[in-house]
Amino acid sequence: MPKYVIVGNSAGGVGAAEAIREVDPCGSLAIVSDEPTPAYSRPGIAELVAGAKTVERIVYRDDDFYRKLRIETYFGRPAVRIGLAERKVYLEDGEELEFEKLLLATGGTPIRPPMEGADRAGVLSFTTVADALALRARLAAIGSGAGGEASRVLVIGAGLIGAACSDALVRAGVKPIVVELRDRPLNLLLDEPASELARRAMVKAGVELICNATVKEVLGRPDDDRSVGGAVLADGRRTDCGAVVVAVGVRPRMDLAAKAGLKVNRGVVVDQRMETSEPGIYACGDVAEAYDCIYGGNRVVPIWPGAYRGGRVAGFNMAGRSALSEDATVMNTIKYFGMSLVSAGEINVGGQDGYETLRRLDLDGPDAGRYRKVILKDNRVVGFVFAGEIERSGIVNWLLRQKVDVSRFKDKLLSDSFDLIDLPAELRRAHYGEATISQAQRQLGWGRRLSHAASPRTNGGIISGN
Amino acid sequence: MRRVFAREEVCIACRLCEVACAVEHSESKHIITAMRHEHPKPISRIHVEVDGPFSFAMQCRHCEEPLCAQSCLTQALRKGEDGVVRYNPDYCIACYTCMLACPEGAIVKASRGTWKGVAKCDLCPDREIPACVAICPNEALLFGEAWEWEAMQTPAEPPILARGGHRA
Ligand SMILES: Cc1cc2nc3c(=O)[nH]c(=O)nc-3n(C[C@H](O)[C@H](O)[C@H](O)COP(=O)(O)OP(=O)(O)OC[C@H]3O[C@@H](n4cnc5c(N)ncnc54)[C@H](O)[C@@H]3O)c2cc1C
Ligand code: SF4
Repeated sequence: MPKYVIVGNSAGGVGAAEAIREVDPCGSLAIVSDEPTPAYSRPGIAELVAGAKTVERIVYRDDDFYRKLRIETYFGRPAVRIGLAERKVYLEDGEELEFEKLLLATGGTPIRPPMEGADRAGVLSFTTVADALALRARLAAIGSGAGGEASRVLVIGAGLIGAACSDALVRAGVKPIVVELRDRPLNLLLDEPASELARRAMVKAGVELICNATVKEVLGRPDDDRSVGGAVLADGRRTDCGAVVVAVGVRPRMDLAAKAGLKVNRGVVVDQRMETSEPGIYACGDVAEAYDCIYGGNRVVPIWPGAYRGGRVAGFNMAGRSALSEDATVMNTIKYFGMSLVSAGEINVGGQDGYETLRRLDLDGPDAGRYRKVILKDNRVVGFVFAGEIERSGIVNWLLRQKVDVSRFKDKLLSDSFDLIDLPAELRRAHYGEATISQAQRQLGWGRRLSHAASPRTNGGIISGN
Repeated sequence: MRRVFAREEVCIACRLCEVACAVEHSESKHIITAMRHEHPKPISRIHVEVDGPFSFAMQCRHCEEPLCAQSCLTQALRKGEDGVVRYNPDYCIACYTCMLACPEGAIVKASRGTWKGVAKCDLCPDREIPACVAICPNEALLFGEAWEWEAMQTPAEPPILARGGHRA
């Protein structure tokens, strides 16, 4: 009986466990996590700070999940080493787990840029439930929301995690100061016009956004030097604050893989089956450097859907059903500060040779805040950004992932009302049948074969084969 | 599992399915009360798309590999053991990642007071046949297994014409 071990109990680990159990109900399956809790929604930790949800409401799976899937759980127990020869994972507390197939879904570690005074109480990260609860406790301790300079919160980073944190603070009644190294917020996810929309939304929400800046030093409080009381920026500016949240992003947590001698680059390198350089060992999610169908090579794409789907591909392969990650690429939605923004694929390649940019922007007019940009290469969508109307963005995302030639209808892509009906009929029909029959069923020629045996009729809207 | 399939050849864009869906998912489930007196107005999870003489109704396909649920940042969207892809608003954080993931554009925004979230087809858990299928006067919406639908697309015999007409 195959023994599966998964290190990391989050999007990637759960995605793999669910896939393994779809194929193999028997093999023993263990999940190791250094966090003490069952899986939870990592982006959901913002809801804890905002006071919008409790810990029970951000769980990623119900209580009986591990029991139902017959998963042995090793929570609160870090894995420290992989033994390749003996095929074992060693936990810090001395436990040894034998494996035949291993998945590394270890995610990322928050990046802590060097600054003086970073060890003062009140300097926090923002990636775990524990971080979110610590931030809430800190807010209560410094009386934030009650005004007063020392009760303000400084957030370092205006990327996805920084935006999540500062939006949560705003919802909790705190007006944060956000310090960003680059010249615009969300610069990795958005192009310039969309960043401008984000900047306006942040400022309107009461955020003090300082771009092109870094924090040089965290200062202590006059009455307690070990506790955060302010900060000094690289240009010498000083500000009072009662907490500093370092939210500049995460770096792949690949120490386990690197120590074991697996091939690593920016992340743990995997093929399209999500297998590492070592047969039988797989990686996915924030720790992996996996194939990106738009980038056309491997890269680290730290997004939740990518982790789950990569885990699913890994899980199938681990359990013996072959699967490929063919259509993975970056995609994000940003709902912070009342915005409605989506982006996918390559969005900052406009103007380069071979790319065609379709664009509609209204920054100040009656449609202010509405923006659509689609980037094409050889008449295929390689990236897009929409602000405002996003309900049908998934259709454009499908065109992008499937590399559909859009030359016959590309003029419609910029319309807010772009919908399935705008696709040519034969494309629409192909698309229509796709979802409901799995690839395996289609390979068996499912519908076609059955059509000779049964001639379905309809009655009262119900199809009945006889 | 049985799903809803749409036939654009016989859809006449009457939009009765939209009304039936909205009423079925309203608080009162009564057409006048639902459309006139409920605030916010109940929303339909099916939408009819029209382009000149062409039209068809679009709703969730309850995909074999549901990208919405696989992309959901929480457990608000999940595929049940019965294959139905369901939405649980209690877990939703209104991030709208599902909208960016769904290849059909089948998820719509929904809000109620300060609550924000989404809505999608749930195949009408309280009914034997989904409301949209039951009301469609032309059998442009059909309820059946995917293989039955596929078989209809490549008939061994000449195409079967729908028997129209209203039903109770
Ligand atoms: C505040 C915030 C907001 C976000 N918002 C979005 C968003 O809107 N959209 C989006 O797509 N993504 C978002 N993300 C990113 C998303 O959360 C990640 O991409 C996703 O969590 C990656 O999943 P993963 O399974 O690869 O790893 P992780 O979720 O990082 O989980 C890895 C787990 O493995 C454990 N682990 C690591 N090493 C060991 C070890 N040696 N032994 C035992 N356990 C170990 C870790 O403690 C952790 O629990 C956000 C992230 C944050 C922090
Ligand atoms: S909402 Fe969209 S992605 Fe989800 S099951 Fe329905 S059609 Fe598929």
